[in-house]
Amino acid sequence: MSNLTPKERMKIARQKMPERAADERNKDFKEVNIGMKEEAATLEADRCLQCKDRACIAGCPVGIDIPVFLDRISEGDMEGAAKVLLDANTLPGITGRVCPQEEQCEQVCVRGKGKGVAVGIGYLERYVADWARENLDIKQILAEPSGFKVAIVGSGPAGLTAGGELAKKGHDVTIFEALHTAGGVLVYGIPEFRLPNKVIESEVDRLRQMGVKIICNVVVGRTFTVNELLEEEGFDAMFIANGAGLPVFMNIPGENLKGVYSANEYLTRSNLMRAYEFPESDTPIVRGDKVVVIGGGNVAMDSVRTAKRLGAKEATLVYRRSRQEMPARVEEAHHAEEEGIIFKLLCNPLRYLGTEDGWVKGVECIQMELGEPDDSGRRRPVPIKGSEFIIDCDVAIPAIGTQANPLLTATTPDLKVNRWGYIEADEDGATSMPGVFAGGDIIRGAATVILAMGDGKRSAAAIDKYLRETKKAPTKAGAAAS
Amino acid sequence: MFPILDAKLLASDVKWFKIEAPLVAKHRQPGQFVIIRLDETGERIPLTIADCDREAGTIDLIVKAIGKTTICLCEKDKGDTITDVMGPLGMPTEIENVGHAVLIGGGVGTAVIYPLAKALQDVGNYVSSITGGRTKDLVVLEDALKEVSDIVYATTDDGSYGFHGTVADKLTELMEDKDRPIGAIYTAGPVPMMKAIADMTREAGIKTIVSLNPIMVDGTGMCGGCRVSIGTETKFACVDGPEFDGHEVDFRELADRLTAYRDQEKTSLDRMQQRKCRAEAQFEAAQADGRTV
Repeated sequence: MSNLTPKERMKIARQKMPERAADERNKDFKEVNIGMKEEAATLEADRCLQCKDRACIAGCPVGIDIPVFLDRISEGDMEGAAKVLLDANTLPGITGRVCPQEEQCEQVCVRGKGKGVAVGIGYLERYVADWARENLDIKQILAEPSGFKVAIVGSGPAGLTAGGELAKKGHDVTIFEALHTAGGVLVYGIPEFRLPNKVIESEVDRLRQMGVKIICNVVVGRTFTVNELLEEEGFDAMFIANGAGLPVFMNIPGENLKGVYSANEYLTRSNLMRAYEFPESDTPIVRGDKVVVIGGGNVAMDSVRTAKRLGAKEATLVYRRSRQEMPARVEEAHHAEEEGIIFKLLCNPLRYLGTEDGWVKGVECIQMELGEPDDSGRRRPVPIKGSEFIIDCDVAIPAIGTQANPLLTATTPDLKVNRWGYIEADEDGATSMPGVFAGGDIIRGAATVILAMGDGKRSAAAIDKYLRETKKAPTKAGAAAS
Repeated sequence: MFPILDAKLLASDVKWFKIEAPLVAKHRQPGQFVIIRLDETGERIPLTIADCDREAGTIDLIVKAIGKTTICLCEKDKGDTITDVMGPLGMPTEIENVGHAVLIGGGVGTAVIYPLAKALQDVGNYVSSITGGRTKDLVVLEDALKEVSDIVYATTDDGSYGFHGTVADKLTELMEDKDRPIGAIYTAGPVPMMKAIADMTREAGIKTIVSLNPIMVDGTGMCGGCRVSIGTETKFACVDGPEFDGHEVDFRELADRLTAYRDQEKTSLDRMQQRKCRAEAQFEAAQADGRTV
């Protein structure tokens, strides 16, 4: 530990994350945040008081030993810091960029009490993960091969995390991915200006080096059923992390007009299919002059900022509550504002208006006011009679959430689901089928990358225990899917 | 990578492929499709699985060269590969004995009805197949259909081959045949054709299943780009379909949505053709100079 007194530590101001200028970055898809320099990172780590509470660890869904991690940085031992990080977190380069730290580790940081500002744990996680990618060839130490085979459905954050953890414990892991690229929502949903593909690729490569097999173009529920994987393909256990991929529409008139996209489609076209490079890439996307995005979460922010980068002169976010209730990460909303996104708050769409030839030309909205708190504890938005107005647009993107995709569960009758179609699972992710665990959005509904990773980590531990204590000997039936 | 084991031209712009895709072949049922992506910058497009061989682990695709992706695909041959083939996708056709099943394919839509004819005949239906096109060269798969149908009618709008008239005209004749009442109709082809057929059979109360081919991206229900209005509901063709009750489909909306990327499709095509012209010009210039390329 560096020899600073608590008083000296308290005097250090929070270091800023260098970022590209708003009017430069809102024209391309390169990353907004540039990343800290070593000096700033060390100073930021020095701000940690190494307090006795260590509340930050409990605030982290994957339980990183944050005080030790920060101490290694402040000593300049980046390799040591990276090891602490990777020990608990399979995908630090990703979480360092997309975690809502202000609601987790940083929210409970003692430096953030009262008028203080928490230690920038997220920035430092990113710093060390990037440093490790450039400078370190980390060989994960794997346990002796157990002989057990585990199938994972989905290569999003939950699946990748579970895959890494299970491989560390010596199990033979195969991840089945429906799309043509590994990463799930990390590649189809989160834009490159927030999470560059090279970061995901390098984390996925690290898993492959650990022996994790990833097979793309396999839709479990169609290409294989769950039962087949267990009974015919010789898998001893399974972790289902296929996400909550089905887009929700508002069921208002005009939703099927051309130019109305689900946020999933808009982002998939732009991110996964690289439509922003059209015609260099073959997938087209409608580039609107005036784009309206409906919603207040991270997906809405990603969509509206993508629209701006695709050349929209007016990119407007329509949200039915006020700024305070917005579920998006604080940094995203802040960046969006800097980039010239127009926020229409307390405003809800009623219907889409179309041209003669079927293109969207506007959204009729109604002004809202906040009433009594609802089930979520947030004040319920109530429409103000007679306040209807029209926002002109040529692209409209509802980003109001997603729901469970029934492809897998519909073909797995033994798997219990709740009334919304999400798989029922206990704290370890154990489902109604022995040896079948589930985690991420398919058990909790649309949530965050880090919560999905937390599920993956917990379920991996539970699967390991199940295999060693209940299953005891691997099933040898069937050939491996390869 | 998915190897192309065999390929042949069925018409000047329609090509048949046999592709090695054992996992797809293992579960494929009639009515299902795959999503393919040709290469790293390629788009994802849906194609009906025309046939499959489980033992050999192969699937058959029939492709009409229309846009950039399908033209590039049709330039591929035996020994080439396709980067991604994902499936089988969509709900399988409900195969039941309806007595007399009439299958109607317009142009390359015939590739969609071919596997249905096979399955419907297997369960004991009398299968009448109609395959039609504007002109002779657009009538495809007639011989293949003959093997899985009790009777096949080829039609051309211009009378250059077979029955002179549209598939709808031929259907009118079949509907008038009181000796062999129609149990159900299964059809795939251009939207106006499917609409015309659905309009004809609505009053007569004949069950009419249409196979829709809206624009898709992922094919798993994730993007909703393929949404179609069925009665008062919005459905996703990729997971709820691709087959629907023809009497409930909003064909106008479907036709409209299919035009969403007309400008971009033209851009892609023009760009590809310009590149080809340039490459050919370079090749010719090089030959004229006596250089080897």
